[in-house]
Amino acid sequence: MNFNFKHEWIETNIGLMAVLTMLAISVGGLVEIAPLFFIDKTIEKVEGVRPYTPLEQRGRDIFQREGCYACHSQMIRPFRDEKLRYGHYSLAAESQYDHPFQWGSKRTGPDLARVGGKYSNEWHVQHMVAPRSMVPESVMPNYPWLLSTPLDISDTANRMKALRKVGVPYSLSQAEFDANVTQFGETVARQLHIPDAQKNLVEQANFGNYDGDRSGISEMDALVAYLQVLGTMVDFSKYTDDAFVEFR
Amino acid sequence: MSEQKPQSQTVQTTGHAWDGDLQEYNNPLPVWWVYTFYATVIFALVYWTIYPSWPLGKGWIGGVSDITYVNSAGETRTHSWNTRALLLEDLNRAAITQKPYFDKVAAMSYEQIAKDPDMSGFILSAGKSLFAENCAPCHQAGGQGVIGFFPNLTDDDWLYGGSFDTIHTTLTGGRRAYMPTFSEVLSGEQIDQLANYVASLSGIGHDTTKAAAGDALFHGETAACYYCHSSNAKGRKDIGAPNLTDNIWLWADVPATDAAEGKVAVIRGVIANGLNKGVMPAWAGRLSPEQIKVLTVYVHELGGGQ
Repeated sequence: MNFNFKHEWIETNIGLMAVLTMLAISVGGLVEIAPLFFIDKTIEKVEGVRPYTPLEQRGRDIFQREGCYACHSQMIRPFRDEKLRYGHYSLAAESQYDHPFQWGSKRTGPDLARVGGKYSNEWHVQHMVAPRSMVPESVMPNYPWLLSTPLDISDTANRMKALRKVGVPYSLSQAEFDANVTQFGETVARQLHIPDAQKNLVEQANFGNYDGDRSGISEMDALVAYLQVLGTMVDFSKYTDDAFVEFR
Repeated sequence: MSEQKPQSQTVQTTGHAWDGDLQEYNNPLPVWWVYTFYATVIFALVYWTIYPSWPLGKGWIGGVSDITYVNSAGETRTHSWNTRALLLEDLNRAAITQKPYFDKVAAMSYEQIAKDPDMSGFILSAGKSLFAENCAPCHQAGGQGVIGFFPNLTDDDWLYGGSFDTIHTTLTGGRRAYMPTFSEVLSGEQIDQLANYVASLSGIGHDTTKAAAGDALFHGETAACYYCHSSNAKGRKDIGAPNLTDNIWLWADVPATDAAEGKVAVIRGVIANGLNKGVMPAWAGRLSPEQIKVLTVYVHELGGGQ
């Protein structure tokens, strides 16, 4: 092993060493991440997944603000025990409009990827205000202010515009709206239209009355609306249980 | 300091000298380290051959390892190794031990299941874990419920009926309770009279004059409570209107206060504000028909079902 190469060259040249170190560690990242953009099976072909409505999206913002992801994952792994407890494993397609995704890496509380529809709205409200009144052994903190804090809806459209910049198909122009009608159907497309964001949010909150209090729209309304849609967009009864095997 | 091994004369130094005489030997890597390194390279080559590894165009190299499973349509399929196929294989294996029981559950009537001692063991253990994950968050670990929120499943009082069939309907389709807000149509005095009458039905301390007036309201057309709670106030199971005569309380937390006046006050609160809660989710999409059947029997046995 006597090349005409001396590692001294690297060790005595900090600039060269920095460049080569970065090259070496970026190989791992490139090999794992870059192909996902070229492989045509990265995102499963599945019906029903749509971007969040303005109210759900605001609930998602609150979910992030309160740091729920620190204790709750949104990623059901393809293991038997997880299937039995949480349901069908999560698909890449189901978080394609999440920026950033909420997969999480730690479960102090249960996984929430399919919590939508599992409990009633009033359970969520009471559980958020006083978790131990519903689940005695819970270690979750109380979040009573969600019920008493009115939801700030003034910047709803701007938040959607920001997400539009990173690829979520919220529509601004008539052409984009029409494209959404084709892709998601008219009911969903209306919810994704940024100029109507505030109106849509108020309508959904008043109709759903998620926090059980009709006097106003609270942060609880938004958060419960978000939780109730998690994992419900794909109707798995339409697919055989191995429909997504070929995508991995 | 321990004795240094004598350095062979052929080992070179790195060539630097600090402080005049501080030098550093340039030893080759230990042999064990070099061979371990080569071994990890060989391990990686073997691993790449067996399992999915390198991307290739729009796909990837699947590896030589295969998994064979039977899917929900009954077809036997073979796919290159991945965790999703592995899950199905794992579920197939689990199904071999569980399926006979679930097949029996599907084939038997509720009455047969309840009488079969073999099945009751299965129902108890399978039902317990299903109940713990899906029902206990609301109805609590023992099924005792929470006053003001979720009904007790261990007593004899069934809002929608305690037969196998009605429990099955409740589980499959869910439920939603509703009672109008009576503060919009009745005066405070009338609500107080009604509350006293409702208290009298369960033998709770009340004002007899007010209760008599409440009786008239209950059966009259102004409040028309009898529409839902029926004329004898024993409720209507078809719409989930509770029996008001059994001193079992779900919405008004009557047991929490000792004073009769306090008990009447909480009843007044329910009449005034009405109810638009008591939502039970539908479980048809989330649980399999066999799982729902197991839970039906489990819940039926919890509360001395009817």
